[in-house]
Amino acid sequence: MVLSVNNVSVSLERSRIVDGIDCHLKAGELLMLLGPNGAGKSTLLKAISGDLPYGGSVTFSGRELGQWRPQRLARQRAVMPQRVEVNFPLTVEEVVQLGRPKMASDRSDLVVDKLMNELDIGHLRHRLVPGLSGGEQQRLQLARVLAQIIDSPGDRLLLLDECTSALDPAHQQMVLDLVRRLAKAEDMAVLAVVHDLNLAAQFADRLLVMKAGRLVHEGSAREVLTPELLEAVYGFTARVVELEEGYPMVVPRRRGPSGAYTAPLKPSCRQAS
Amino acid sequence: MIRDAAGRLGFAPSLVVALLAAASVALVSIASGAYPLALGDILSVIIGREASDPVASMVLLEVRMPRFLLGFLVGAVLAVSGALLQGLFRNPLADPGLIGVSAGASLAAIAVIVLGNTWLGGWLAMTGEWALPIAAFLGGSGTVLLAWRVANRSGQTAVATLLLAGIAINAVAGAATGLLTFYANDEELRSLTFWTMGSLGHAGWDDLLVGAPFMLLALLAAPWLARPLDAFLLGESVVGHLGYRTDTVKKAAILVVGLGVGAAVAVSGLIGFVGLVVPHLVRQLLGASHRVVLPLSALVGGTLLVAADSLARVVVAPAELPIGLMMALIGGPFFLALLLRTKVI
Repeated sequence: MVLSVNNVSVSLERSRIVDGIDCHLKAGELLMLLGPNGAGKSTLLKAISGDLPYGGSVTFSGRELGQWRPQRLARQRAVMPQRVEVNFPLTVEEVVQLGRPKMASDRSDLVVDKLMNELDIGHLRHRLVPGLSGGEQQRLQLARVLAQIIDSPGDRLLLLDECTSALDPAHQQMVLDLVRRLAKAEDMAVLAVVHDLNLAAQFADRLLVMKAGRLVHEGSAREVLTPELLEAVYGFTARVVELEEGYPMVVPRRRGPSGAYTAPLKPSCRQAS
Repeated sequence: MIRDAAGRLGFAPSLVVALLAAASVALVSIASGAYPLALGDILSVIIGREASDPVASMVLLEVRMPRFLLGFLVGAVLAVSGALLQGLFRNPLADPGLIGVSAGASLAAIAVIVLGNTWLGGWLAMTGEWALPIAAFLGGSGTVLLAWRVANRSGQTAVATLLLAGIAINAVAGAATGLLTFYANDEELRSLTFWTMGSLGHAGWDDLLVGAPFMLLALLAAPWLARPLDAFLLGESVVGHLGYRTDTVKKAAILVVGLGVGAAVAVSGLIGFVGLVVPHLVRQLLGASHRVVLPLSALVGGTLLVAADSLARVVVAPAELPIGLMMALIGGPFFLALLLRTKVI
């Protein structure tokens, strides 16, 4: 196992945000974490990222997280936070370079170039980051975290917190397709918090569903994304359609006598609002 | 071309230009004053030969040289401290003067001057000739820590709170300084005025010997923080994700700033705005990477302060303006212009 999370709890300001979570992640596996706002997804991710103190145990590559030397861990584990704000005049290329480990190979510039092109920010390399759009900044941050671990030896873990929330549909597909390809080709383990159920169904190997700090369901998209579970977890009614592409699609329904709908037509609208 | 693909000045050509500017300002500064020196005399003393005019040689070695060196060091340290604080707080408006570090250092030094013979007698006995710089260093570091504690909530630095904390710290330090002024005798009052307005007027080799080790240490330590400070620009949590020990980096930066600003205040009193103006200019021209910002801020800061000091000696000659006033005259309007241009802090 690359990542083992055992009975992890996190309390913030005396309330328990994450409550006894267990999950395990193999090399090359793409695991997506779902759940309504306030379910504790980001908090769990922050605990695994080392940003928050937690109870229980998190082992990466067989060793407890706290026992890793920070510099060493940074070569194996990369974290993309929900928001990174840059107020200073750094260029796109400089920010991607910041991700590169200190003792990286001589191919550093090549790696950085390739990632920038794959994430469609190559043409922005000399632009200053504060002037970029939200979506461009998000792709930039993904390039930075990938540059951090992509050519490191040994187990690698990528933690992504809503890495597609600011992207248009074409870039969402491009980004998640790249993440999935890298996970498989490089045997990288990926844990990603997402809101878009259909993107999760399309790209994840396995889904975890959290609600009120607890893990309520785990399995393949077909097992997890059922009308009953969506009703119970999110409180909205939806049809689930099996696509010929081989994965299910969630289609929310309007309801209520006044015609006002309680759930948005497209789940991704939720996070945009 | 001098500009790179991002439209910024290259590091190497900028370094050369900054060095040339520093050298010419140095010559002008050493030559000008109540007793003007000839360029030929200056050059012959520098290369170790006798000057044609023995008084010139004395003025150069005993007055102008230490004053130039001290001014350059103080300017360099203040500019680098400004750059460090701005990186640490992720805000281009942080400055040792604005957030109260200089005032804290100055208050500690003033307390030693006024209370040295009574309540703080033990301190003087313990530290000897180092009493002032060490007190100023402790005052400076303590204030950085205080500002940090007030403004930093759950890993995010609230900038408005930081600047407000600076106002409060400056007010408290000002009031305490006022109290000490009230308490001070005539002789002590004269040295207090020097502290609060900032001056290089008394600079001599002994000041340099006491202050320079601290300031050089701060200047030499700062480049080690360049890479982690670049990570700070992406946010405090990212620093940890990239493998740096966030707390260690923070403490080291605070220590360096306290050390440098404390020593600078101890030898030259309160000189504001260098730390604000210089890193800002350097970043506009060369970008925000600390590997570039730190060395060039040091050069430009030193040059600016020496130039301002020469000007302060000339404008109301034969009297001189306090350098602190001079910098406030230059820096105040600059700060206002910066605020007008910055849409969101």
